[in-house]
Amino acid sequence: MSTEILMPALSPTMEKGNIAKWLKKEGDTVRSGDVIAEIETDKATMEVEAIDEGTLGKILVPEGSQDVAVNTPIAVILADGEDASAIGSAPKAAESAPPVEAAPLAPSPVASAAPATPASVTSAVAAPPQPETVPEPDVPEGTEMVNLTMREALRDAMAEEMRRDGDVFVMGEEVAEYQGAYKITQGLLQEFGAKRVIDTPITEHGFAGVGVGAAMAGLKPIVEFMTFNFAMQAMDQIINSAAKTHYMSGGQIGCSIVFRGPNGAAARVAAQHSQDFTAWYSHIPGLKVVAPYTAADAKGLLKAAIRDPNPVVFLENEILYGHSSPVPKLDDFVIPIGKARIARPGKDVTLVAWSIGMNYALKAAEELAKLGIDAEVIDLRTIRPMDVDSIVASVQKTGRCVTVEEGWHQSGVGAEIVAQLMEKAFDYLDAPVLRVTGKDVPMPYAANLEKLALPSVQEVVEAARAVTYR
Amino acid sequence: MVVAAKKSAASKTVAKAAAPKGTSRRSEKAPTVPDFTKAEELDAYRDMLRIRRFEEKAGQMYGMGLIGGFCHLYIGQEAVVIGMQAALKDGDQVITGYRDHGHMLACGMDPKGVMAELTGRRGGYSKGKGGSMHMFSIEKGFFGGHGIVGAQVSLGTGLSFANHYREDGAVCLTYFGDGAANQGQVYESFNMAELWKLPVVYIIENNKYAMGTAVNRATAQADFSKRGSSFNIPGEQVDGMDVRAVKAAGERAVEFARSGKGPYILEMLTYRYRGHSMSDPAKYRSKEEVQKMRTEHDPIEQVRARLLDKKWASEDELKAIDAEIRDVMNAAADFASHDPEPDASELYTDVLR
Repeated sequence: MSTEILMPALSPTMEKGNIAKWLKKEGDTVRSGDVIAEIETDKATMEVEAIDEGTLGKILVPEGSQDVAVNTPIAVILADGEDASAIGSAPKAAESAPPVEAAPLAPSPVASAAPATPASVTSAVAAPPQPETVPEPDVPEGTEMVNLTMREALRDAMAEEMRRDGDVFVMGEEVAEYQGAYKITQGLLQEFGAKRVIDTPITEHGFAGVGVGAAMAGLKPIVEFMTFNFAMQAMDQIINSAAKTHYMSGGQIGCSIVFRGPNGAAARVAAQHSQDFTAWYSHIPGLKVVAPYTAADAKGLLKAAIRDPNPVVFLENEILYGHSSPVPKLDDFVIPIGKARIARPGKDVTLVAWSIGMNYALKAAEELAKLGIDAEVIDLRTIRPMDVDSIVASVQKTGRCVTVEEGWHQSGVGAEIVAQLMEKAFDYLDAPVLRVTGKDVPMPYAANLEKLALPSVQEVVEAARAVTYR
Repeated sequence: MVVAAKKSAASKTVAKAAAPKGTSRRSEKAPTVPDFTKAEELDAYRDMLRIRRFEEKAGQMYGMGLIGGFCHLYIGQEAVVIGMQAALKDGDQVITGYRDHGHMLACGMDPKGVMAELTGRRGGYSKGKGGSMHMFSIEKGFFGGHGIVGAQVSLGTGLSFANHYREDGAVCLTYFGDGAANQGQVYESFNMAELWKLPVVYIIENNKYAMGTAVNRATAQADFSKRGSSFNIPGEQVDGMDVRAVKAAGERAVEFARSGKGPYILEMLTYRYRGHSMSDPAKYRSKEEVQKMRTEHDPIEQVRARLLDKKWASEDELKAIDAEIRDVMNAAADFASHDPEPDASELYTDVLR
């Protein structure tokens, strides 16, 4: 029986990839384990191995195809004695395989599937609406907008700042020769050399301290944590050394440093690798904490973070790395830290979110619109210092508020927002503020439980209906 | 009995410091202790005595309730910082842990500013916001004063990383104790320092007790000079009570680091006379043990004896030096007692730049 070879997912969050090269041609005999093709993702180039013996009956997706969705059949292997006419009878491997639950809200846009492939790509959750781009005040009208992935935007921000200032360097695990575990530092080694793009040993506590020491001496390190889960090893240096020394030295010792990397839930990597640390860092005076959602914000805020004379914890999100959104094409696009953005204006209820929480909030706003509820969505962007004024101003208009975050509820960022609103906007509230958060459990591995542990669009919609009594 | 055994072990390791080291990466020359000139002896005497008198004064002021919180005195260990400081040039950096008053004075920081920080006054080096364990002077190349045991080792490695990055020829002296030497980040730092050949000298001040825990109760390899061996970092044990031995070793180590060969470890065999902090009754060791170190190994008495022996100074001249230093420390104490506390508005300053 013929077997379809599917576009493989090479990482938990991969959604699509390119067929770089076919190493076997139609009619070739293949054995299990033979490398038949090379595929490229935005992170890496990988080899695809045949999983069955037989003859490569048909190549369904030609070499050079771009953005082929995961699980798209890319070739058919014929069993001994079969010929190409059997291809039609090939079972849909996608059906026999366990259902691939896309990461909740990680979209697999159907439109991007390669042409001439059967429409076997199903996405559990449709793509979130792209945020309306509200141009920054300092973006001149008529500025050209370029679609960039968050990954590219972050890379561009670092490259621009490294060109601008010789004191800026990047260090971390796999940032140089490997080009970044998540390919955020792609090309930086080639442009800036090994002196300024530094592979460290796997030694978070140590290299965080080395980075802080270098910052105390006046350099401007960008310390990449492969994920913020591993930064727990370095917590002492981030908090006790980076955040506090300026104060403890009476203002003598500065620490201009950026700690950056993916934070929060990835997909299907369980409790130790899926955790949101936003609230942890936001608790600490002496730190700034940034968590962007759009590519433009990622670029503008990372540039601001690198220039900031203070330690900045820059929380990215793995699931957002591959998402594209428009970025103004400007020589020097810097977004001030500490300013929220109204991502969607509305009058009935304020939804406050940041980073991937925006995915839920924007999608929920669309759903609410269908119910006649006009939600205003605030993208907080910076968690510390928090732009409370913008939230209060919005709540003064709407009288209702729902916060959305993947982190846990107790002492979460949403809890802080609720408290701020109690103190500063109590008389404007027409309903208690509700929080939509991650569930109060370590992140489970099983796909269904993982989905349950995370917030959902439905939960945001229900919370918004509850506070609007509709 | 146990104490006696400990003592003999300690003196044996000191004696060993004089013997040539077996491993090839260790200094080939037997570290014989070179004589000091008259001027060097007098400087060393004055500089070490300044620390001693400062610390005695700080102890007094703590007893009077003028200094709060933790206060870790350096008495007994003075030869380490004074000997090492002699190996430094302008632009070099010093970083240490919380037993830091001696390091600050050795770097040339003003006793008034240090003492006023101990009393939490606005004229302190950190405007009263740091206290005994957290003081800094970029001007004097002193980068703290860090309260978390071992954290300064990564930070000092980072300072030396900056020197390496800037190719400015500067070296960072990174001090830590025998207790901190058991922290994981020390070895993470050793690894990177050797991997990248950073200009850093790690000085392990082995005063034989990590708070109340004797070295042999806490460490599987008590020869701290070997702690870099799995990273190929050369190390030496040095008689940290003899300022001449410290200076000679310091010059070797600093030259090694400055010339681009990478990090170097100096284990200073030293001793603190006082408790770990002011609230430590030091019941984990005998009075006799302390007394023996004081009478037989005191770093200041050694210099004093040589000065008198060689007739480079008279008793009266040395007394005059002492009196002059006491005046300076009394003035510092007076300043630190009368300087106002920081203005309440300082509460919210210096959180961010």
